Amino acid sequence: MLDARSMIHRRAGLRLWLSALWLGALTLATLLAPWIAPHDPLAQDLFLGRMPPFWVAGSEPGYWLGTDSLGRDVLSRLLHGARVALVVALVAGGITCLIGATLGLLAGFLRGWVDMVISRLIDIWMAFPPVLFSILLIAVLGPSLTSIIIAIVVIDWTRFARVVRAEAMAQGAMDYVASARVAGRGRVGTMLREILPNVLPTIVVLLTLEMGIAVIVEAILSFVNLSISTDDPTWGGMISEGRTSIHQAWWVLVFPLIALFLTVLAFSQLGEGLKDRFDPVLR
Amino acid sequence: MQILRTVLLRLLTTTITLAGVAVIVFFVIRVVPGNPIAMMLPPGATDADIARLSALYGLDKPIVSQFGIWLAGVMQGDFGTSITTRQPVLDLVLGRLPATLELSVMALVMAVIIGGVAAITGTRGRGTRTEGAIDVANGMALSVPDFLWGLVLMLVFGVLFPIFHISGRVTPSLELPFVTNFYLFESLIRLRFDLWADLVAHMFMPALALAIPLAAIIGQLLKQSLKETMNLDYVTLARTKGYGETHVILHEALRNAVLPTLTLVGVQFTFLIGGTVIIERLFSYEGLGNMAIDAVINRDLPLIQGIVILFAVIFTAVNLIVDLAYAVLNPRLRHA
Amino acid sequence: MSFLSIRNLSVRLKNGAPLLRRVSLDVATGEVRGLVGESGAGKSMIGKAVLGILPPSIQITEGEIFLDGTDLLRLPPKESRRRIGASCALIPQDPLTALNPSHRIGPQITDRLVDILGWTRAAADARARDLLAEVQIEDPARVLRSYPHELSGGMRQRILIASAFAAEPKLIVADEPTTALDVTVQKQILRLIAGMQARHGTALLFVTHDLGVVSKVCQRLSVLYSGLVVEDSPVTDFFAAPRHPYSAALLAATPKYTDPDAGLHPVPDAVIDAVRAEVAAFDREAAHG
Repeated sequence: MLDARSMIHRRAGLRLWLSALWLGALTLATLLAPWIAPHDPLAQDLFLGRMPPFWVAGSEPGYWLGTDSLGRDVLSRLLHGARVALVVALVAGGITCLIGATLGLLAGFLRGWVDMVISRLIDIWMAFPPVLFSILLIAVLGPSLTSIIIAIVVIDWTRFARVVRAEAMAQGAMDYVASARVAGRGRVGTMLREILPNVLPTIVVLLTLEMGIAVIVEAILSFVNLSISTDDPTWGGMISEGRTSIHQAWWVLVFPLIALFLTVLAFSQLGEGLKDRFDPVLR
Repeated sequence: MQILRTVLLRLLTTTITLAGVAVIVFFVIRVVPGNPIAMMLPPGATDADIARLSALYGLDKPIVSQFGIWLAGVMQGDFGTSITTRQPVLDLVLGRLPATLELSVMALVMAVIIGGVAAITGTRGRGTRTEGAIDVANGMALSVPDFLWGLVLMLVFGVLFPIFHISGRVTPSLELPFVTNFYLFESLIRLRFDLWADLVAHMFMPALALAIPLAAIIGQLLKQSLKETMNLDYVTLARTKGYGETHVILHEALRNAVLPTLTLVGVQFTFLIGGTVIIERLFSYEGLGNMAIDAVINRDLPLIQGIVILFAVIFTAVNLIVDLAYAVLNPRLRHA
Repeated sequence: MSFLSIRNLSVRLKNGAPLLRRVSLDVATGEVRGLVGESGAGKSMIGKAVLGILPPSIQITEGEIFLDGTDLLRLPPKESRRRIGASCALIPQDPLTALNPSHRIGPQITDRLVDILGWTRAAADARARDLLAEVQIEDPARVLRSYPHELSGGMRQRILIASAFAAEPKLIVADEPTTALDVTVQKQILRLIAGMQARHGTALLFVTHDLGVVSKVCQRLSVLYSGLVVEDSPVTDFFAAPRHPYSAALLAATPKYTDPDAGLHPVPDAVIDAVRAEVAAFDREAAHG
């Protein structure tokens, strides 16, 4: 029995370390990009267009990961793109979590007509194809960082609301809540003091998931050219450009793809690791 | 009697949901900046021209009456006219629907096969390294969205080892003898395997990209369900009769283990269908999703509306089918 | 000649705790052998080991299980499975979980006949009907078409009994077949099993904690404590004069319907200590041997 436990602990530890490592690197890139990027991400030099990465013959020294069709340094653009990704992840993820979890908590604990209204809303929301909905919202709000964040929040709050609602309902039926009410705690007080701490682990895990999703949504929107602008580098935008020259300059597509891949994996493994850590049975 | 009441209740909630969707879409897209009419006319158009054309499409009336007119039209089967192509929305939408349906169903079939094999293999080798390896693969497939898988597949099978086509639904130079837009289906019925092969070569990667996350969910859930079922008494009894492990998994455990997986798979399938929007764009596949993106970019309001409503209808239909399937497969519910 | 011969069977949990300690017993053709002991004594383990259905967390460390002369434990898994399926059967403990809820009753009786023994569907169906009649089920045809949840617990146990005799096995392991049933039904089922055993001449390994049941059905019995066989005697000898103090205490502890005011006599602590010491001595010897 002890074996299984320690194994899960070790696995959880490994996950947390690896994902924290990547996300830490990402944060560093975000903070230090203007200083550590070898070139100006917007600087075009048509004579240096489509240079391959440094280990391939015919590469240009100083442009480690090669250049795109307009001669812009891929590495620098990658580093700057990390900023957008991380900001979107944190801000959009955080706000979605706040709004979704609050609504879920209210619906699950207060029940009654509050629950009915919120549940109907969730059903209607889930009938929309998310990508289409987000593209629509961007079209309405105009492409900018703020509108992307708003779009993510508006579309994905249901993810939190559903799960938190179910958990709140389950917890609300438990004896410790009844005791709190008998002891004289008000409804809001009970909700915040008794139920919230027990639902918090689920919320945290969902938050990491949401951050990964936020990064992807931004990438997709950049890909469809509805993100911040076509000049400032985003990973999705780089992928979109890279796709058009996929046969001639594969590196323009591959590197932002790898960055996205690792980031999404890191967020989800972070969530999994936290979930294992939080499991009171294992503690 | 009980069944009738449940069905009626479902129809009621479904109608409310669809109505909600219609209202939200209608009002959201009318807040869209950028006048679609102005975008359609040549630059020298006068305000009078714009006004006239706007009146033609009813865009000058107050929003509420626009909604009323649209609703009345829908009751008679008229979903309006597309601003960009001047064709009836219903025709356009139904014209592209088969392509997306075929892609979604193909992805579903792939997901079930891959996920099922993973679950059964993992169950057969439970507690060994095989199961561990499958868990790791599953975990990765789950966390990475279809968009990224599409890109990876495009690179690997489109550029690195060019086996499949990375864009389009069918090779443009081919002559197609089809009457419906269900190309894949018709090619089989007409025994045109050359066309079928070409279609599959185009659809394989987008379908696989869509399938991977769903396959991972099926694999994980089904394996868990199977492992639990394998401990039950009736499975043990089957072993004493002389049956081997594989027979026991497939014949005794599977039927009972599938049930809990079904509802989640249904919900996830609707996510898969939603994913066709970006995957179709990525692979330039001429389906509903691709048309939707163009419609948004061109501010084609009636078309956007029609497509969103159609997606909502599909989602609701899938949910209904899943619930029905669950009731049919569970003998206990059938008699209740 | 013994149909089943277990020699020095030791079984333990993968992390070390022993569950069976060099168990040996024989079951002759057509004989009914009882396996008695408290819960956790290991009696079910013996039956499971014979049928090859021990849980994966449990391993066999030593011993032989001779079925009709061949040691099952030295055969490749496929071969031993085949032999067990061909000549043995199980009457399980809980009728509510031993039938597959997704399949009708009929296929659950006929499957082994058709798939493993190669019978025709028609012959198998006829056999199923005859068997259900033998266990006194009215309207066998309707029952064969039913799903398990449509039938009562007692009915399901009859079906499981019938199913066990379907392939005319030489040995049936009955794992506490009456424990999960209502007291009113237990006696009927017991009589049913005894009757069928006599008619078909099948050897029976009867696992139970109820000495009363043993006295009615079995010819020989083994008493187990903590995986150790403390007594192995013919039933008549046992009830007249048990040889081991623990067996005597068990017998004394059984409430007698004929003497309801006699009071309850649980097994005395001294006896428990003594038999525990025996087990400890066994373990010491096993560790050094």
